Amino acid sequence: MTVTTENAPKVKASQGYFGRAMKRVEDPRLIKGIATYVDDLKIPGVLHAEFVRSPHANAKIKSIKTDTAKKLQGVVGIFTGADVNDKVGTIPCASPIPGGKSPEHTVLAGARVYFVGHPVAVVVAETRTIARDALDLIEVDYEPLPAVIDPEKALEKDSPLTHPELGTNVAFTWSLPGGDVDGAFKEADSVLKLRIIHPRLTPMAIEPRGCAASWHAGESSLTLWTSTQIPHLVRTLLPGLIRIPENKLRVVAPEVGGGFGSKLNLYAEEAVVSHLAMRLDRPVKWIEGRRENAAATTHGRDQIADNEIAIQKDGTVLAIRSKIIADVGSYWQLLTPAIPTLTGLMLCGCYKLKAVRVDLTGVHTNKMSTDAYRGAGRPEAAYMIERVMDLVASELGLDPVEVRLKNMPESTEFPFTTATGLLYDSGNYQDALEKAQELAEWPKLIKERDAARKAGRLFGIGLSTYVEICALGPSKTMAAGGWEWGCVRIEISGKVTVITGATPHGQGQETSFAQIAADWLGVPIEDIVVLRGDTATAHFGRDTYGSRATALGGSAIVMSIEKIVEKAKTLAAALLKSTPKEIEFKNGKFFVNGDGKNALGWGQLASEAYIAKNLPPGFEPGLEASSFFEPPNCTFPFGTHIVAVDVDRETGQVSILKYIAVDDCGKQVNPLLIEGQVQGGIAQSVGAALMENTVYDENGQLLTGEFMDYAIPRAKDIPDFILGSTETPSPSNPLGVKGVGEAGTIGATPAIANAVVDALSPLGIRHLDLPFTPERVWRAIQEKGGRS
Amino acid sequence: MQGAAVKIPVKIRVNGMLRESEVEPRLLLVQFLREVCGLTGTHVGCETGICGACTVLVDGNAVKSCTMLAVQADGSEVTTVEGLSSNGKLHPVQEGFWECHGLQCGYCTPGMIMTAVQLLERNGSPSRDEIRHGLDGNLCRCTGYLHIVDAVEYAAKKGRT
Repeated sequence: MTVTTENAPKVKASQGYFGRAMKRVEDPRLIKGIATYVDDLKIPGVLHAEFVRSPHANAKIKSIKTDTAKKLQGVVGIFTGADVNDKVGTIPCASPIPGGKSPEHTVLAGARVYFVGHPVAVVVAETRTIARDALDLIEVDYEPLPAVIDPEKALEKDSPLTHPELGTNVAFTWSLPGGDVDGAFKEADSVLKLRIIHPRLTPMAIEPRGCAASWHAGESSLTLWTSTQIPHLVRTLLPGLIRIPENKLRVVAPEVGGGFGSKLNLYAEEAVVSHLAMRLDRPVKWIEGRRENAAATTHGRDQIADNEIAIQKDGTVLAIRSKIIADVGSYWQLLTPAIPTLTGLMLCGCYKLKAVRVDLTGVHTNKMSTDAYRGAGRPEAAYMIERVMDLVASELGLDPVEVRLKNMPESTEFPFTTATGLLYDSGNYQDALEKAQELAEWPKLIKERDAARKAGRLFGIGLSTYVEICALGPSKTMAAGGWEWGCVRIEISGKVTVITGATPHGQGQETSFAQIAADWLGVPIEDIVVLRGDTATAHFGRDTYGSRATALGGSAIVMSIEKIVEKAKTLAAALLKSTPKEIEFKNGKFFVNGDGKNALGWGQLASEAYIAKNLPPGFEPGLEASSFFEPPNCTFPFGTHIVAVDVDRETGQVSILKYIAVDDCGKQVNPLLIEGQVQGGIAQSVGAALMENTVYDENGQLLTGEFMDYAIPRAKDIPDFILGSTETPSPSNPLGVKGVGEAGTIGATPAIANAVVDALSPLGIRHLDLPFTPERVWRAIQEKGGRS
Repeated sequence: MQGAAVKIPVKIRVNGMLRESEVEPRLLLVQFLREVCGLTGTHVGCETGICGACTVLVDGNAVKSCTMLAVQADGSEVTTVEGLSSNGKLHPVQEGFWECHGLQCGYCTPGMIMTAVQLLERNGSPSRDEIRHGLDGNLCRCTGYLHIVDAVEYAAKKGRT
């Protein structure tokens, strides 16, 4: 099953940190409560900002009265769109689709508001309490207008318009003509239809967003601390908005309390807070409340897909035609249009479809923008194709496992080109499926189901054999570059500083990158410090999203180490009176072939390299190297998830009885952290499958504006999982890793959905839309008379 | 009107140290801890008492400090996450979270740890389901809870030995 790594590292890992389950170096500060999140920063003289937000989905602003609020003691200033929008640029989208129509996205509302939560004005006060008091004293006179809520109705001719100046609610259209679709449909024995609705989800990181900015008038420079996944992209984009040069801006992502894609953006609040710090020459801080987070931080998913599936009698799936409507909300945030295109690109899943045609329509509505949410387009694709596989099986009376095996490429067929044009790097889908079936005790589980059914229970088994796309890059496919940067510095003392541009926010790269560096350098892991999240120290970076950090950021570190080792060999050769070719490097020691006694360690070499008295001619002092790693391709992790559920006929409650996941993320740096990523991802998908749904009413009012109304899983909702893995290295990077941050989220929802539909199948139910809340399941049972 | 409220004196013993202050009656206990005492280990995640990130012990009971006023805590003993370890030694629950990878972003962790401390004080040998039940008032979006359940089991075992 193993695919060899083409560009295997020149320096061999020596101590076995790589691949070892290790507890994290970042944890002590977190478990003692002494870590610093944005709200924990102690900035002398800081002012507090609070935003006035629209309570309407669509309205004209007739007037804003701030006089009374301005008189409140402690209020420093109140600023509306009229005060700010001509001084701050508009919010950019990094992935515009040619021909698309995008509204101008000013940082504060202009004459109109377009969604509940739209920032209308900002109060700056001496304390947060005073700022909140002032909010209550500001009177905004709105003229409410009919809201555009249903994306399908939004396409009808007589629909009101989200942005009248665009003349249409169509934000963009995008087509993927993957192969000879018409030919494949002609070959088909039959054509199935499946309409899939993927609900809107709210990411709900437990730390809401927040930022603080400090203007250094003497240097004309600004520091922005922000709870973001992407400090480097913020530094690239924000200068254009606040009109300072890039090299006068430092962006720091301190401790970040979860992101899941929702902090992969440049937000209006970051620009406004930065602007106000400069304008008032005082530090300004803003901390998002939970209701603001639910309303004005990006949402995910929200697609409707009408699929036609061309199949043959033997279970071969020939082709899919998919018409997808993506509700993008009111504005294009950083990656809004790109997300549903990923759904199209990944629609083949892990199957050898001959052809796929995707016609995607992005629709503006009076809601918060959709953008990346853990999985970002791939969960939608996996959900569709895995529901398709089960539908094909049920239509033809075949075993869902057999249908999948029939359509999968063999491991010998990799690299494998899909009908959508992607090159899957490596894989062995059958192996993961087989292992998951073993762990599930498949024959026994089937017997258990059959017995339960005979006893009148609604018992179901579901599986998904998913594939996803990670390690985004390469640069040719990414608007802002798809490389990653890393720097390794051997300090004078021999201690090692590693700096990464792939900013983690909970994933644990301070530990896993130290494991990589310790092995490749041959030093104790305790000697290594990993720095991240500050553009003043991490000079470059494209940050963390799309499960890219380890594959790309880790590779940039290995590249840098290889450069340092080469340089150190030259120095060692001079000191040992030999030639670089004769110098061996092993376990952190440099020596002349065979002469381990006179070996030089990093400490001695670093001391010589920096004190610089005995350097060979032309040798540049210092032992430091930085690298940009540019991947040749993405990586394609995969796996199989198997779920058994029990549905309560009386209440519609779904209980997960058994959950098995086998994931293949290539080589594993730290299996403990990988287990954490997988478990967390599955749990989020349990939420998506069973409870989560962002709801706007017909007037555009957000009904799921806090944890009281938007359910996310609690400890009792998550059963113990049986986890396993296979290991198929990626040939796309020197570490052979693939990425694992989103795997659970992608594999789990379709497996649970297939299990629930299987449980309900004796009632004649062939499909049910997410989420499977007790009410929805109960209604479906009632419609079928409640009896099998 | 707002901004010129009456102030009320409070005496609250926080992590063993007496804190005296005059506070607005509307000041939340979590604001008192974070802004008056400078103890920022206690986090705010929802402001509605649901997520549990702000959980502290007030006279030994786990309390969501975003739904309690500082004046209500007058005369009380409060323990925050900063007060758990003694003489540089981690509390067994903290140790469990570290050993079992019971945290990722760490934001819910202080509240989760304080709830677990109370849980184990009430039941030294909880089953996994009893641990889940005990953590029902604390939300975590990163871990999927299983490593947190492992962490509490670890601490329970440690506490018994």
